[in-house]
Amino acid sequence: MDFWAWLILITKVLAVFVLFALGAIPLVLLERWVLGRMQSRYGPHRVGWRGSLQSAADGLKLGIKEDMIPGKSDKGVYWFAPVMMVMPAMAAWAIVPFGPEVEMGRTIGLWVADLNVGILFFLAMGSLGVYGVVMSGWSSNSKYAHLGALRSSAQVISYELVMGLAVLAVIIYAGSLSLIDIVNAQAGLWFIVPQLIGFLLFVFAAVAETNRAPFDLPEAESELVAGFHVEYSGMRWAFFFMAEYANMLLMAALVATLFLGGWRGWTIPGLEALSGVIWFLLKVSLFMFGFFLLRATQPRFRYDQLMNFCWKILIPIGVVNLLIAAGLRMAWS
Amino acid sequence: MADNLETTVAFWYLAIAAVGAGALMLVARNPVHSAISLVIVIFHVAGLFVILGAGFLAVAQIAIYAGAIVVLFLFTLMMLDMRRLPEERVTHRQIWLGIPLGILLAIEGVVVSVGTPEISASIKGAFPPATVSELGGSTQALAVALFNEFTLPFLGASVLLTAATIGAIVLARRVESHEQADFPQAAKASPPDEAPAEPVLEESAR
Repeated sequence: MDFWAWLILITKVLAVFVLFALGAIPLVLLERWVLGRMQSRYGPHRVGWRGSLQSAADGLKLGIKEDMIPGKSDKGVYWFAPVMMVMPAMAAWAIVPFGPEVEMGRTIGLWVADLNVGILFFLAMGSLGVYGVVMSGWSSNSKYAHLGALRSSAQVISYELVMGLAVLAVIIYAGSLSLIDIVNAQAGLWFIVPQLIGFLLFVFAAVAETNRAPFDLPEAESELVAGFHVEYSGMRWAFFFMAEYANMLLMAALVATLFLGGWRGWTIPGLEALSGVIWFLLKVSLFMFGFFLLRATQPRFRYDQLMNFCWKILIPIGVVNLLIAAGLRMAWS
Repeated sequence: MADNLETTVAFWYLAIAAVGAGALMLVARNPVHSAISLVIVIFHVAGLFVILGAGFLAVAQIAIYAGAIVVLFLFTLMMLDMRRLPEERVTHRQIWLGIPLGILLAIEGVVVSVGTPEISASIKGAFPPATVSELGGSTQALAVALFNEFTLPFLGASVLLTAATIGAIVLARRVESHEQADFPQAAKASPPDEAPAEPVLEESAR
């Protein structure tokens, strides 16, 4: 690798890092506005123009807050848990393709890494996210945090299987594990058309994996206060929040990439070079808005309903869907 | 393997960190700390797989071992009350099986690492880099080996795992009926002709 290749790589990594670190600020604001609209109230409207600086102010407040550590907690694990929460969420962004290859003196792909096992890397990092939850819940030495962590680990492990089954069906159609190849395989037809069931399974699993409403059992405010991160404060708590929003963005990006053709779309006149990125961002925004709408409109599942829904409904559907996809693929080729 | 500086540095870091975390796993007094050390070992071994060009194995190792198995360990450990676990060190009888097996493994490691080229070439199914790139990557190479040359062992392992899964379900159901027997009301409510459950709980109290 020459100097320029290194420079390009470092720029890409920094860009993804900044997106991750600052992405939560506008997203929280947008979510609160959407929730406010849906519930016939204003939402944030005091700080800045129509409250547009509200979450920046919240972030500042969290940054200067005291970092409390419970007396009887396991200090090392307690300290490390937010790191384990943030790390996999950030690492998985390495494989997301933001757009096609562009010509800027040399050919640059708008992704950090094109792994030939890309989608499996995403699944591996997704399965690591549960460590942050388990470690924070256990080390806090608090009953609420403990119960939240137990619920969350069972939920995430179960819904990972659903996600894996949905992804496997896509892999069968695309014939590759690389996300770039998967997007290129959707040149004629987006995978949402042949894999509508897989798409629905993936969306259910994505909402459950990110612990969002209506699957937000781990942090059910009414019964568990705030679940696994109840003892955290200040920046450490903010890490959990950042990880949640980064995971939501990641899931939205993966839905767009796997089922909606990633950066593919009509070329926008006047913006030929950027049209891929614009399409990708549009699709991601659509799903982020879907996340907000779900939270605004859906009541929370009961815990046994959540588990029955996964093991008795989603997983059998996923297995049958996978078998049908494999059979169709064999019949075509 | 050690072609250039980056690979050498990465190898020594990964190797030392993996062995260190493994030692930490053995000496940690707290089972949760042991489990976390095990995750660190798994990560660094996955890194070694990446150096060897086996990306699929590395990712599968993280997804399955770190992402599923150790999470289940932690899940179980969280259910236990740590304060009620025995504090003193117990020497298990398995140690007499463990020591010879450990020595055997160490000899095997030395033999493989000292007599490298001849022995690793003689190991069945070894894929030189040229063959791997010809097949189109480590995933394809693994699939070719697994589904052509080693089909029978693969099916055997699948049957074994299915049997283990069924066994786990059967065992879980039996423990459930014991729990019912622990509550007098529930025991009274059950039909009297059912044989009283054998006491397995004493084993866990030891």
